[in-house]
Amino acid sequence: MAKAKITFEDINQTVNVPAGTRIIEISEKIGAGVIYGCREGDCGTCMMEVTEGWNNLTEPSVLEEKVLRENMAGRHYRLACQAQILGDCKVKPA
Amino acid sequence: MADTLNVSTWKEAVEFAPGVHWIGALDPTLRTFDIILRTANGTTYNSYLVRGSEGVAIIDTVKEGFEDEFFHRLESVARYDEIKVIVLNHLEPDHSGALPELMRRAPQARLYISTRATTMLKALLRPNREEPFEYTTVTTNDRVSLGDRHLRFLHTPFLHWPDTQCTYLEEQQVLFSGDVFGCHYCDSRLFNDRVGDFRFSFDYYYAHIMRPFKQWVMEALALIEPLKMKIVAPTHGPILRERPRRYVAHYRELSTSSLSRELGDTDKSLIIFYMSSYGNTARMAEAIYSGADTVDGVRVSLYDLEGGEVAPFVDLIEDADALLFGSPTINGDAVKPVWDLLSSLAVVNLKGKIGAAFGSYGWSGEAVRMVEDRMRGLKMRVPREGIRVKLIPTQEELDECTGFGREIANILVGKEVQRGVIEFSDLT
Repeated sequence: MAKAKITFEDINQTVNVPAGTRIIEISEKIGAGVIYGCREGDCGTCMMEVTEGWNNLTEPSVLEEKVLRENMAGRHYRLACQAQILGDCKVKPA
Repeated sequence: MADTLNVSTWKEAVEFAPGVHWIGALDPTLRTFDIILRTANGTTYNSYLVRGSEGVAIIDTVKEGFEDEFFHRLESVARYDEIKVIVLNHLEPDHSGALPELMRRAPQARLYISTRATTMLKALLRPNREEPFEYTTVTTNDRVSLGDRHLRFLHTPFLHWPDTQCTYLEEQQVLFSGDVFGCHYCDSRLFNDRVGDFRFSFDYYYAHIMRPFKQWVMEALALIEPLKMKIVAPTHGPILRERPRRYVAHYRELSTSSLSRELGDTDKSLIIFYMSSYGNTARMAEAIYSGADTVDGVRVSLYDLEGGEVAPFVDLIEDADALLFGSPTINGDAVKPVWDLLSSLAVVNLKGKIGAAFGSYGWSGEAVRMVEDRMRGLKMRVPREGIRVKLIPTQEELDECTGFGREIANILVGKEVQRGVIEFSDLT
């Protein structure tokens, strides 16, 4: 199975994960600072900044883009409960 | 009229600035609001009407069931075809209850809501409604003209709904503040210089409604404080026309952390709460305390939950940076005093605080994981798996607790020990 490395910059911790893993599945277990509300892409609580490897995540859906817009997300922000890892990337809480 | 005003018998609009009217409703028998708030003498649903040379604006409506009183007052000063603007400062049902009927009676009116309110509007409308309302979303410094009067919007999110905004009537210097500066206090004399002593209600309302959003209060105050303000007109409780700035200043005071005034900007606060039946979890707590206490820049506190009340502990938690909960496992669960405290934290903001759990157990030891899950649910960060000890901790296990306390304290001051690259499959 393809693997990828994700680094949570706020705790400077890297995890080697199977490609396709959602970030929520990792960040909670590792104790990173991304926090969660609805866990289904609606509330925007888990907004995070992708500092490297923006193109190594699955594309945001139309709904995710709407939530990001409504929450005045910055450039390269994603929802951790939605984004799946395809290749190496670095993230930190928004 | 002002001296003898009694809106429980006076059923018409009340003008309190030229062309600015209160058209709200009284709910004196309400005793519980939204499950969480006690309302010892009820509440009011304040709605306002502003008349300009080119039309009328309605700012907020009333709760469903109070429409008759609202429409009666509205009709006493305006015709529906004069209404050009409807503003909802937030969409909570106690202020949007009369919106569908108002839009039906004034179909030409334009609805103005904050940018964050759109999805809520759809969810709040009755499902069988055939046509959705048209609306305009607004944010800070957007303006709407009523001819010789202008409404300006201030984006003040999360006070206490995500979509909250305030609306400022420029010419009269009236701030329609929504739930901000409001309180559940029902007095038919309406104005802060006429009603009874509502200080308790004002502070109680803040403590339950605004307190979890202190950071957002501070951001809103940055927009509100520079305004020239003759009157603050909230959606609940007295209209603040006598020295309204006192209430704005009081909000700033209430929103400033008491502990930061005590500790300054340097030290972090780490608090350990525990319950213990045979002293085992207590011994773990003391060992964790001794470890955390070795870290510079961390002020450590240790509390036995058996010796305190929930409310002051909640105050402590609000100002703390890291929280450790120790609970034995009894019948497969954490003990009730721990849950009592962990279920009383909705009034404070816990986002991003560091959490950890520990506890002694007899045979299954579920409590620690359950408390960790609860802390994550409360949007805390749980950086390390908690420590569980079977019955009486050995010296080795107590040493492990000491190390655990030191590690959590180090994480708190940004000295996290690096663990190298972790395999996902190794995470539990």
